[in-house]
Amino acid sequence: MYEKDGNKYFVVDSHMHYWDASPANWVPGQEQYAKGWIECFHAYMGLGPPETHWPLEKFQKYSEDDLMSDLFEKGHVDVGICQPTYLKQWYTDGFNTTERDGALAEKHPGQLRTNTRFDPRDGEAGLEQLAADVERWHPVGVKLYTAEWKGESRGWKLTDPEAYTYLARAQELGIKNIHVHKGPTIWPLDKDAFDVADVDHAATDFPELNFIVEHVGLPRIEDFCFMATQEPNVYAGLAVVIGGLMHARPRFFAKVMGELLFWVGEDKMTFGSDYGIWEPKWQVEGFVDWEMPDSEEFSDYPRLDVDGKKKILGLNAARLYDIEVPADLQIADASAPAAQDAAVGVGGPT
Amino acid sequence: MSAAAPGAVVRPARSDVLRALDAVRDPELDEAVTSLGFVASYDVAGSTAEVHLRLPTYFCAPNFAFLMVADAYDAVSAVPGVERAVIVLDDHFASDDINTGVAARAGFVGTFGDEAEGELDDLRADFVRKAVLAGTDRVCRPLLAQGEDVLTLRLGDVPQSPELDRLRDRRAELGLPADDASPLLVDVLTGEPVSRDDQRMYLGRARLARVNIEANTGICRGMLAHRYGTTEEETQ
Repeated sequence: MYEKDGNKYFVVDSHMHYWDASPANWVPGQEQYAKGWIECFHAYMGLGPPETHWPLEKFQKYSEDDLMSDLFEKGHVDVGICQPTYLKQWYTDGFNTTERDGALAEKHPGQLRTNTRFDPRDGEAGLEQLAADVERWHPVGVKLYTAEWKGESRGWKLTDPEAYTYLARAQELGIKNIHVHKGPTIWPLDKDAFDVADVDHAATDFPELNFIVEHVGLPRIEDFCFMATQEPNVYAGLAVVIGGLMHARPRFFAKVMGELLFWVGEDKMTFGSDYGIWEPKWQVEGFVDWEMPDSEEFSDYPRLDVDGKKKILGLNAARLYDIEVPADLQIADASAPAAQDAAVGVGGPT
Repeated sequence: MSAAAPGAVVRPARSDVLRALDAVRDPELDEAVTSLGFVASYDVAGSTAEVHLRLPTYFCAPNFAFLMVADAYDAVSAVPGVERAVIVLDDHFASDDINTGVAARAGFVGTFGDEAEGELDDLRADFVRKAVLAGTDRVCRPLLAQGEDVLTLRLGDVPQSPELDRLRDRRAELGLPADDASPLLVDVLTGEPVSRDDQRMYLGRARLARVNIEANTGICRGMLAHRYGTTEEETQ
């Protein structure tokens, strides 16, 4: 919980990680990829305030104590949702597996929850593994990384027939939330790997599932926004938006927020720190203090008030994850489900 | 160059190589690799020009990386006096494939084999269309602030500016109308005029396309500065 100027914010960090990218976990022969991946993440940390930067060694493998302190003691977070990313082609025990997240979450019930993941290229065995993971760890969501390398494959799309099989199975198993993370590679390489059109199709065909597009489709915000206006079950995950822009590029941060408020609406935007890329403390505090600039170039955009910030920082994700919010941290209309049709139309040129 | 006598050996100038690279753009960001700081070094030895390119991350999308290396190869090869162009992409997961493939003029499919189904012309065109939308916003903003009805304007009605020149260039590149008589607002797929009904949505998408490109450019600049310890001013 974060309190500022008499306002109390319930904070759900809906996109955070607990990874091991230390050299001891690098697959022999794949070291350059394992190293390249974590150094790329580390460069993102460089977009946050300098006093929050970590040395690479800590960044490769931070401790449970680091995480618990950075989120819950210093970072104002009430509940964190761990999002796994396997990358077993490069990391021997995986970069950040359901087991690793789940074991941590079991030690800190009430504060941490884990999601799981699937990879539609894993066939029947993967479907069985998904069922076993759901039974063992009770996730409400999955994190899907479409650009993951597997053997010769350079990724997959949500519209692949196998992916539909997995989505249907996940829904049967009680999964509600699909966090989608686009990356730079996908087969075939001559297509745009960041394209979000496959999310559009899957969201239409699985209306009972929620699709949270992480980092709002960056670097394809425009395609994401346009798609999200048409799909009531598509959400904007703000990981990277706040962490990568609010400090480093405040003017563009305001514009991206303006576009998201304009096209997607404050009922369908969710905070995620992307920890350990960025600590939540400065993001939560900065976001609460943030206001849309008044100058002409921002005049098209909706404003964001205290209630809107409360929704984005925690109440929207609490609804998606059935997290109980103390009465004094709710807002007047928070108990009602998002008025999805209205949200689509907020300021949008429909 | 024009002063060289017929038959004389033209020695390429280092500055000509840099000028040639000014015409090479990052297709996603619609900006020159020189102003983005993506040129790590460039040098001329005899008739050989060698250019090293660098990108913000090890995992930048390989298709766009390939386009930049291939475009740099073509641009530098066309510099008078350059007999051999060597373009090296540094520090990228696909560096070896891309450098070898471009040097062998193998094309994208020849470079990536089964990993690619086709060449990159469609991908490039998709991003030029986005650049046209973003460029339309750049040209329209000041006009809208003055209360102009941009739907009725033709390119020839718009005051000269670098933004207008750039918009015309990108439209011409796609084969869209770019002469004085053509409308300021055109469908980026068909080149047809935008209707009054569609105007608001069109301008909204144009603004969004520009915000996307500018936000991405900001992130890329920050990542590059972190990766190579450059200041962002050095790369602007």
